[in-house]
Amino acid sequence: MRLREIPITAWVGIFGILLAIFCALFAPWVAPYGETEVVGGVWQEADAQFFFGLDNLGRDILSRLIFGARTTLFVAFAATLVSFSLGIVLSFIAAVSGGLIDTVFSRFNDLMMSIPTLIFALVVLAVLPQHILILILVMAVLDSTRVYRLGRAVALDVAVMEFVEAARLRGEGTAWIIFREILPNTLSPLLAEFGLRFAFAILFLSTLSFLGLGIQPPTADWGGMVKDNKDGIIFGIAAALVPGSAIAALCICVNLVVDWLLKRTSSLKGGRGDA
Amino acid sequence: MSNPIETKPAEAERPPGLRWKARFPLLSLIVERLLLSILLLFAVSVLIFGGVEALPGDFATTYLGQSATPQAVANIRSELGLDRPLVTRYVSWLGGALQGDFGTSWASRNSVSEQVGRRLGNSLFLAGFAALIAVPLAVGLGMLSVHFRNRMPDKIINVLSLAAISLPEFFIGYLLILYFAVNFGIATFPATVYEGMGFLERLQTIALPTATLVLVVLAHMMRMTRAAILSVMSSAYMETAELKGLSAARSIVKHAAPNALAPIINVVALNLAYLVVGVVVVEVVFVYPGMGQYMVDAVTVRDMPVVQACGLIFAAVYILLNMLADILAIVANPRLRHPR
Repeated sequence: MRLREIPITAWVGIFGILLAIFCALFAPWVAPYGETEVVGGVWQEADAQFFFGLDNLGRDILSRLIFGARTTLFVAFAATLVSFSLGIVLSFIAAVSGGLIDTVFSRFNDLMMSIPTLIFALVVLAVLPQHILILILVMAVLDSTRVYRLGRAVALDVAVMEFVEAARLRGEGTAWIIFREILPNTLSPLLAEFGLRFAFAILFLSTLSFLGLGIQPPTADWGGMVKDNKDGIIFGIAAALVPGSAIAALCICVNLVVDWLLKRTSSLKGGRGDA
Repeated sequence: MSNPIETKPAEAERPPGLRWKARFPLLSLIVERLLLSILLLFAVSVLIFGGVEALPGDFATTYLGQSATPQAVANIRSELGLDRPLVTRYVSWLGGALQGDFGTSWASRNSVSEQVGRRLGNSLFLAGFAALIAVPLAVGLGMLSVHFRNRMPDKIINVLSLAAISLPEFFIGYLLILYFAVNFGIATFPATVYEGMGFLERLQTIALPTATLVLVVLAHMMRMTRAAILSVMSSAYMETAELKGLSAARSIVKHAAPNALAPIINVVALNLAYLVVGVVVVEVVFVYPGMGQYMVDAVTVRDMPVVQACGLIFAAVYILLNMLADILAIVANPRLRHPR
């Protein structure tokens, strides 16, 4: 892969993601004010001192945006990571074992997928105590059903190849076949899927926070910031749109990178199919 | 079959189900799919009820908060019927639900079914109206984008839809409110509908939520329609039709349309199912008195009968739409009638 071959849209995406990660990592040093620090009047207009203005309690929106990047990115990333590990391992086990295990896993997955994700999350979150770890787990488990479906389809393609059969014949165990034979050969499409799921996790987390079921105040988080400032809209105050745009921008950036990755892998796949 | 000579002993020994299946392949597939959906719905009800019960957390303790003495907790539990065994409660819940009785809300002590009856119509009205606009628009844009594939209109549509997919529903909603309701003043917010409201007035009230929903599903639906049509248009028989000199219109009507119908139906149904979920957020944004808002409000106060009822209804609509998509696809595509 040469750097010059990366299209300009992918560069925009990579730049946006890196900017968000930078804000998340160095939030206390980058942000001009504290996360929960009240620095002025309610919904004060944007000026030279406060770049995006102040929010419903008089906190600096820019600072909260930077701190919010921390929570949003961390929770979305952790949920995607857990969902991927869970989905991939289970789907690969199903694809490699076949038979009863495959049927049971797949039917259960179908059952989980027959309830819309948001509705399922609402039902589950209505019972569970509000805690960030539980939020991550709920998001991860619900999302892993989608990963499972893709992982199983991809793994089934590879599981019938000669080198997998050879590994099986020389007596390797299931774990070896999953991690040494199938995983390396399915990494490319899975990477693109990871990006897609990550973008989805950001949107999902923001939606939950917006509904008041995600990250709890006063911790800054982009979806929650929209919720905090939504009453200002009626008075023509655009404070709620700032974090909303941040969510949208980050998701567009991730999607741009994923688009490029998908094009790369699809051309790779085509090349392999022709050979 | 009517001829007795044709009925060989081997055939007579076959189970009757198989013969029935051979005689009515389409009908039996549809019945099979229906039964599967009912089974699925039953499993979902078990998941929603049983899963919720299995999870830690107790309404009585949450409700009482700091003042939860063991006696008070026990009182509330017996009052709500939580002290009965799980299976008993599940059976009575499901039995009630099948007859349209979802019990009483813990928080407001009102009948859940009454509220649901009022709000379900509102939600379906909003989602149905959005679908009425979004479906033709998405299919048309998808066709347009295939027609101009890899040229300027296609690229513009592609970039715009990629952007639209990345926008959260509430962001689109508030953007529309800020511009159309606050700055220009040509739309109403909040979108409160009440009984006895005129049809036109009602349409005007839900203009913004409908627009939001349309924007939310349009991009997805259009991209999938484009992919479905593109795969049909690039197939070998379309090339043959073109090479043997059929006009573009004729080859599309005779060859492309029948084959593209099934995938397009699938795309539409899939996105209608997505619409059902999109309704939740949009209703909260626009303070629209529908099922979504009811459910979100119930979740925040942990009002389980309401949450379970709403969850079951949403899941049922979702399963129903998916089933409809499968059946329509089977009807539209004869190849699906003989799997493998």
